[in-house]
Amino acid sequence: MTDTASPKKLILYVAGQTPKSLAAIANLRKITEERLAGQYEVEVVDLRQNPKLAKEHSIVAIPTLVRELPVPIRKIIGDLSDVEKVLVSLKVQGE
Amino acid sequence: MDSSSGIAKSLTGIEGFDDLTLGGVPSGRPTLVCGSAGCGKTLFATTFLVHGARDYDEPGVFVTFEEQPADIAANVASLGFDVGGLIDRDLLAMEHIAIDPSEVAEIGDFDLEGIFLRLELAIDAIGAKRVVLDTIESLFSAFTNQAVLRAEIRRLFDWLKNKGMTTVITAERGDGTLTRQGLEEYVSDCVILLDHRVHNQISTRRMRIVKYRGTAHGTNEYPFLIDQDGFSVLPVSSLGLDHRVFDERVPSGVADLDDMIVGGGFHRGSSILVSGVAGSGKSSLSASFVHAAAVRGERAIYFSFEEAPGQIVRNMASIGLDFAPYVDRGLIRFVSARPTFYSLEMHLAIMLREVQKFDPQLVVLDPISAFMESGDRLEVQSMLLRMVDFLKTSGISSMFTHLMHSQEGAIVTDAGLSSLMDGWILMLNREANGEFNRELYLLKARGTAHSNQVREFVMSSSGIRLLPPYLGETGALTGSARRFEEAKTRRAEVARLAEVERSKAMIETRRRKAQAQIEALQAELDADEKELARVSKAETDYLRQAATDAYEMDVSRSGGNRSRLK
Repeated sequence: MTDTASPKKLILYVAGQTPKSLAAIANLRKITEERLAGQYEVEVVDLRQNPKLAKEHSIVAIPTLVRELPVPIRKIIGDLSDVEKVLVSLKVQGE
Repeated sequence: MDSSSGIAKSLTGIEGFDDLTLGGVPSGRPTLVCGSAGCGKTLFATTFLVHGARDYDEPGVFVTFEEQPADIAANVASLGFDVGGLIDRDLLAMEHIAIDPSEVAEIGDFDLEGIFLRLELAIDAIGAKRVVLDTIESLFSAFTNQAVLRAEIRRLFDWLKNKGMTTVITAERGDGTLTRQGLEEYVSDCVILLDHRVHNQISTRRMRIVKYRGTAHGTNEYPFLIDQDGFSVLPVSSLGLDHRVFDERVPSGVADLDDMIVGGGFHRGSSILVSGVAGSGKSSLSASFVHAAAVRGERAIYFSFEEAPGQIVRNMASIGLDFAPYVDRGLIRFVSARPTFYSLEMHLAIMLREVQKFDPQLVVLDPISAFMESGDRLEVQSMLLRMVDFLKTSGISSMFTHLMHSQEGAIVTDAGLSSLMDGWILMLNREANGEFNRELYLLKARGTAHSNQVREFVMSSSGIRLLPPYLGETGALTGSARRFEEAKTRRAEVARLAEVERSKAMIETRRRKAQAQIEALQAELDADEKELARVSKAETDYLRQAATDAYEMDVSRSGGNRSRLK
């Protein structure tokens, strides 16, 4: 919580208002607010609005959560329904 | 084509494949191309796409799940496919979909909408009509939730179909199934199987159309070829006997041989078998045919299965046949390949392709017996049969040389081809009196009257000649025996002429002698006549003198009574 100097960024790619996308947005919000409050800057990208980004960021599955920073890039696909697994995946680097 | 078969088809531009399928792959539908590693799936797909973009005004999207786009472009650059240029002209788009399983975690429900979005963008950007998915099965190793994946792939195929995309999907062949992941369940329109098998250490690529809904198609396995010209399928089917018939004669380059056939040579479009033992001059005779064709300005292909082109050109120069200028002018083409280099089907396919490309009037296969060692007898026979049929149908004259291992006993060809042939020239190399002499015999020349003689076959730096038959007491003679016999005859003739001369001289002498005798007798006769004349005159003179004397004596005796007496 004190290391705000090092930027941490999560991007969630969704496609339209599908149930899976909505579930993923809700789950991510819950996780970042309840478990990682203030640690991550979160951005939600709707690829329906901006399909070019899919190629740019090599997105295949929807929804995909990308932890862009810190490196290395981690990707989590799915609706993020398992909170504990999401946290494990985001913390593999021993943070 | 399209109207008769009911469904629209899109040309792939793959040589042979479009003929086989009567128009290509089904338009607006997915086609599955499956096969094991390295059998040409990606090349098939690339060819389909590039031809579409370049030749048929159908831009395409290449979705690669494995190779980098740059690698694919580099791989096909050697075939003359300018992928980069097509991309620049917005006729082609590359979409590289790569997933590294190590950096991805799956948590909860997901779909593959990302692929759909990217594909849609790419398709709309260039107005694509064709799509290639190479190889979508890679996704199976990237995702653990196979149920979702299968549902999404099915959805993707349906979506492409709804968008009217003519799609080629490549897939790896599975164990006992067409594809490892059972993709054939999702593609019901057209399934093509590519195969690469090795038999007797010879590899053959084959293609089979497993399924093609709503249209007639060939069901056989067809050999296909990947070479500098790209991917080509070679439809090899037995043809009917409806070939064109020619009355025109084709000179063989050996005038003496043409003279043996009434009308001067074999008919155009004839298939001629030249069989003989080693070193009997089969290749030389064939080369002579080829040379003669080129001199007339016709094209000829010489398929050699034992000699390299350079070797043939050099060797034939020794009998006065100079091929180099005709090769340079594109009238003669030599194609050399070891029989073991390809399978039989492949050989046939390659030969057919060469013939179709070069469009010759004469084709030589030298020798067909070379295949006997590499293949099954029946297979060889069927291959050659199709070759002969094909050439006849195309009105191409052909020569097949066949190496016989023995010239004794029944004359048969191992391939059982003799009955197929219109002409059969038998070349013999017989030993007699310590030397081998070449002989040629015209065993068969369909539709022509021809000589029954065995002619001596002589090759020299001025070409091939057939010596007129020489019949001695024990049959036709050749070589030294022939020369000996000829010399003997010449000597006898000289002796006979000398004898006549001698007789003539003798008679002349006798005649002259008789003449001399006649002259001597005449002289004697003349002398006698002169003597006779002298004797007669003397007698007359004597008688007159006597009379005078008697009168005067009388006068003197009577003295004065001369008047009384008067």
